[in-house]
Amino acid sequence: MTNRYKFAAMMAVLLFVAVAALYCARNVSATAEGKITGTIKLDGTPPHQKPIDMSKEPYCQQQHASKPITVEGVVVGANGGLQNVVVYLSEGLSAAAASQVPSQTPEFNQKACQYIPHVLALDVNQHFKVVNSDPTSHNIHPMPQPAGPNNQWNKSQPPGSPPFDVTWGAVEVAIPVKCNVHPWMHGYMAVVKGPNGVTDNNGSYTIEGVPPGNYTVTAWQETYGTQTQKVTVGAGKPATADFTFKAK
Amino acid sequence: MAKFFAVTIIVIAIASAVPIVMHTWEPPADISTHGALIDEQMSETMLEAGISFLAAQIILGIFIWQFSNPRPDAKIKTLPGGARGLVIAALVLVGAEVMALGIFGTKVWAAQYFTPPSAGAMPIQVQAGQFAFYFRYPGPDGKFGPLHPDLINEATENFYGLDVDHDADSKDDIVTAEMAIPANQEIHLLMHAKDVGHSFFVPELRVQQDFVPGLDVSLHFTATKVGKYEIVCTQLCGLGHYNMKAYLEVMSQEDFNDWLKKEQAMQ
Repeated sequence: MTNRYKFAAMMAVLLFVAVAALYCARNVSATAEGKITGTIKLDGTPPHQKPIDMSKEPYCQQQHASKPITVEGVVVGANGGLQNVVVYLSEGLSAAAASQVPSQTPEFNQKACQYIPHVLALDVNQHFKVVNSDPTSHNIHPMPQPAGPNNQWNKSQPPGSPPFDVTWGAVEVAIPVKCNVHPWMHGYMAVVKGPNGVTDNNGSYTIEGVPPGNYTVTAWQETYGTQTQKVTVGAGKPATADFTFKAK
Repeated sequence: MAKFFAVTIIVIAIASAVPIVMHTWEPPADISTHGALIDEQMSETMLEAGISFLAAQIILGIFIWQFSNPRPDAKIKTLPGGARGLVIAALVLVGAEVMALGIFGTKVWAAQYFTPPSAGAMPIQVQAGQFAFYFRYPGPDGKFGPLHPDLINEATENFYGLDVDHDADSKDDIVTAEMAIPANQEIHLLMHAKDVGHSFFVPELRVQQDFVPGLDVSLHFTATKVGKYEIVCTQLCGLGHYNMKAYLEVMSQEDFNDWLKKEQAMQ
């Protein structure tokens, strides 16, 4: 009898310690997380972006009838802001922080014969959904490095078929994605470890949930390649990292 | 039972000939200068093959009817001299028929494949790749720039692998996803495949030609009727084959000039 009480008391203490430890750990990381913000610009005249002729797919052509779309190798918004640049922490992230996988499942949508978003940034092992919003079939085909850690695949999605869930198991910046049915469709999936961001049409980005520390921040753009910068993030203090890419 | 079978054979044969004799499934109206010859060849072939088919089926039916209930003591009779004479006669007859079709067909075949395009023919290149066609016009200089397969990049719409920075001839080349041609102008089509075998088929134009990987195939034709037609791939080329198509727009010369100018501005 007494042994049983002792055991129960010990278990209760252990449980209390474990919960307290978890609670404190959560509390610490929650208060200390900072963020990195910045603006990415293009210096110079952006190269000519060819318009895309979708006459092969009359539905998609109609969708873009009022505003013909172009290729998206260099998309420059207001004040020279460069869109679709992936920004991530390439060095300095602790192993624990790097291994956390966000619970959000972003979408990679095939809409009016375009990939929306054009560039999707993902964490390693983060789930994302591939969606077909068109009344036409698509065959999505990501093409990681042939001898690399990620494997190539392609999948057909007839109109009305449900979205499917995918993950990438290893870091790769970036995996080109094409459609096997529509040669003009092109996008990228950037798989990184830890918090990341993608610039919007003003060239601004925010990386949320960065623990305090010294980091190397890398910005990747599909035409101009990568740039890096050292950044120090303090507890609860946002750090800034602006980049400028030079037009070739 | 055998008599019923004999009648069924004859009924099926005649029934299947009805839609052909009545022209139920006509090909679309011809819009080319050479199409009439092809149509003529097709109906000749249909007529000859059709008559042979009906004759063979009806004779088969008659024989089944006639010999369905042989008497037990009946003997199988052979033709005088055995079957050899009959076989030789059949071979000669069929051979002559096939040869005649071939000889009649030579005219249109030679006009299409053994005669080079005239000097005034307009060159257009067509590249077939999984799963779309892309067309190239040489631009004002009349010359196609060289192809660099390693430069092919679909993300920048460089479907042909042109090096516009270094090749002077490529600078004014116009690459399009739609094929426009002026009516009543001979077109010299230069065809090549980027990957696997494909086919260029425009039913109205009476043109159906395979792309063979590694070969530059040459073709010429003249369209006479303004309109929009479908170009389809008729060689199973992979998963997206069903969706491999482009449009052919036959225009007046002025409309074509405007179209080409517009396309050039978009390069």
